[in-house]
Order: sequence, then C-alpha cells, then structure tokens
Amino acid sequence: MSDKKKDEILHDHNHDGIDRRGFLKCMAWAGTGAFCVIQGGVLKSYSMSQMGDMKAEDMKGELSFAQISDSHMGFNKAANTDVAGTLKAAVDKINGLSVAPQFLLHTGDISHLSKPEEFDAVDQILKGATAKDVFYVPGEHDVLNDDGKQYLERYGKGSKGAGWYSFEKKGVHFVGLVNVMNLKAGGLGSLGAEQLEWLEDDVKHLKSSTPIVVFAHIPLWSVYPEWGWGTEDSAQALGYLKKFGSVTVLNGHIHQTMQKVEGKVTFHTAASTAFPQPVPGSAPSPGPMKVPPEQLKSVLGITDVNYVTGQHALAIVDSKLG
Amino acid sequence: MKNIKGSVCLGLALLAGVCFLPMQNIEAKSAAQESKAGNVEVKIDNFSFGPMNLTVAVGTTVTWINRDDIPHTVVSTDNDKTFKSKVLDTDENFSFTFTKAGTYPYFCSVHPKMTATVTVK
Repeated sequence: MSDKKKDEILHDHNHDGIDRRGFLKCMAWAGTGAFCVIQGGVLKSYSMSQMGDMKAEDMKGELSFAQISDSHMGFNKAANTDVAGTLKAAVDKINGLSVAPQFLLHTGDISHLSKPEEFDAVDQILKGATAKDVFYVPGEHDVLNDDGKQYLERYGKGSKGAGWYSFEKKGVHFVGLVNVMNLKAGGLGSLGAEQLEWLEDDVKHLKSSTPIVVFAHIPLWSVYPEWGWGTEDSAQALGYLKKFGSVTVLNGHIHQTMQKVEGKVTFHTAASTAFPQPVPGSAPSPGPMKVPPEQLKSVLGITDVNYVTGQHALAIVDSKLG
Repeated sequence: MKNIKGSVCLGLALLAGVCFLPMQNIEAKSAAQESKAGNVEVKIDNFSFGPMNLTVAVGTTVTWINRDDIPHTVVSTDNDKTFKSKVLDTDENFSFTFTKAGTYPYFCSVHPKMTATVTVK
C-alpha cells in the first residue's frame, strides 16, 4: 500500500473538501468496480485491475458486510424480465466473496409495487445468503399506498418513526435513515424534523473516533436534483456527523455506482440488482435503461465493505454480477 | 359562456394536437361540445405529465394513463387534497371528475419532481 500506484488518488481534506480529479476517476470506474480505502481521512482508491497487486491484509477487515440495493421484485419490463434471477445471482456473488460478509444491508426498493408477494419473494431469495442478518431501509417503492405500514410490520421491529434505527458492530456505529416518506411536490428526498432530532441525539454521546456508517435509499448528497437524486435536508444530518473522523454514507436509488469524498465523508451509491438507470442528464428521464441481454449482468452488482479495526479504514468494493 | 367555450376550445385543441392546422378549429369545436360530458386524457410518460398545464370545463373527467415502465401516482397538492390515486403501474389509469372551478396543482408522490396543474373554468 505504501508503493505509489499509477491511479492512486490522494484526497487532502485541508483544501476544498473535493478532489475533483479523483472523483472523476472513480466515476470512470463506475460499473467496472473500484476499491477505496480511507485511512486517517485520506482516501486511496484503486481500479479493480490493480487489486491483484494488493496484499490480502489490505482487503481483509475485522468487520465485513455487503450492500445490495434496488432489487425491485415484481418489475418485469424489457430492462430485466427476471429480477428474481439477478437477485439470486447477487446472493451467489456475495456467498462467493473471499471474505465472507457478516451481514447484509439492503438500501431499499426491495419491491417494485409494495406487494406482499414481492417482499415474500425477496425474503425467500435472501434466505440463500450465508450471512443471515439483513438490515433494511425502505425505498419509495416499498411504501406505496399505505404510508409504509406494511414495510414497518415486516422490517421495522425495534425501529423509530418511519423505520430509522442504529446499531453497533465491532465498534462501528451504523445508522439506517428513511428519506422516502412525505415527499413534497417539486422536492427531493426528505428526512424530516423528527428523524433529524433523533439522529442528533443518537450520535451525540459517541466518541469522535467512532467510525460511522450511514445508509439510506435516496442519496444523501446532491447527485442530480433535476431527477430528484438528492435529499433536501441531508446537510443538516451530515452536520451532526462533523465531529467524526470517518463517515461512510451508503445509498441506492440511482441504479449505478458513484462515489464522492467531501472532507471526512465518503459517499457511495450501489448498483441495482434489477436494472440500470442512465447516467445523470444523459437521457430525457431516469427510466429503466435497456441494454443487450448479454450485457445486463455487467451493469448490475453488489457492494462489499470491509473495516479494519485500529486502522481507521473502511474499504468499499463494487462487483458486477457478471 | 364565451370565455368558458374559448378556454375549452384552446385546451382541447392543444390536446388534439396541432398536426392538422386547417382542421384545428372544426375539430376543437366539436370536441368542445362533447367535453361537457366527456373525457380528457393526461399521458404519464418519461417521468412527466402531458400536458403539464391542462384547462378543462367544470364537469370534465380527466383520466391519467401511465405509459412509463415505472409506477407513478397522481396526488393533488391543493389545500383540500382533492384527489389522490393509488399507485399506477404501467398502462393503469386513474380518473377524476372536476365539479368545481379552480386551480388544482398535483404531483407524483413517488417522484415529486413530476408536477403539473389542472385548471377548471
């Protein structure tokens, strides 16, 4: 890791907080996979092709988990007529990871139309994962018609409000947030006053050295507000996390991998397991993107995250399904 | 009455499309006569409502049809929350009959960037 690598990106958060060159490089890797390590607020990022050169201990951590997102069970249009099959492929991929994840995060849009049979189908497929614990947050497709009542009954045990909660794993503090409820006309994703107040209180007593992982469906950074890809009150939420040395924000919703670093915060969106969506602004609308069948699995994927205790590092790896 | 008819003619002419310019007036007039008991359609496509600004006569039934691969809703944002559809999957529709004059802004509660207005005169 100490060797200078060609594509290494060093992010110095003493400047403006955004390494644009590095961000663009990560963008270029979207869909092909990237490996990022944060150490003491410095992000080092490598393309998948360099991973062969990396030492095993750099990739292993004491805590390992995988993120899946946007399974859209029930979707059956041209962009993917077998979303159950691609979710199964995602589970196979996770089960085949060299470092077995201890649990899974699902960042929402579990179902396509909030139908009970869609949730049932996802539950059934995820039972095939070696990791038995799955932590969820809802997407807008999971709370249709009933203001999230069914979602809460199924997945909200022990959560507050519309389904937000936090938990600890190996010294890492995880926060699951809900930003798909009570959306206002013309607006973006929304956390709301009650949840923000809860978040402030939830992290207040933690030491600033505690690594934080925040996960929510809609990106908590402004990816492309024109398509609603952002959260209107995310700045306030991130304000409560300012004191922490390492914050990782994991989102879904936009059906493509994207990454940004701002100060000590790394933002990352996961690919969908169901269908791809266009790069922001590259199409008239964010509707499902149809690719040739043989290419579909190359635009779907999972995200694998490793945390190395003591090294202050979270490593994020995106893998394509095929 | 003149004003009402004029607005209806304009609204329906826009709806009918302006491909056949010479025919526009005749078609709009006959459509306007039917509209008192008639239907007007709003197409949901490419994450937008079309037309975005629709003007209809009191008593008109507006039907929204979802032509996207993604589900949408039709939810009014006026103070009385006049209408609210269930989620509409592809090719599903929702109808509402406007019995009172007024301006009815609405949006898709799943994709709140999608906003539009029905004006009833």
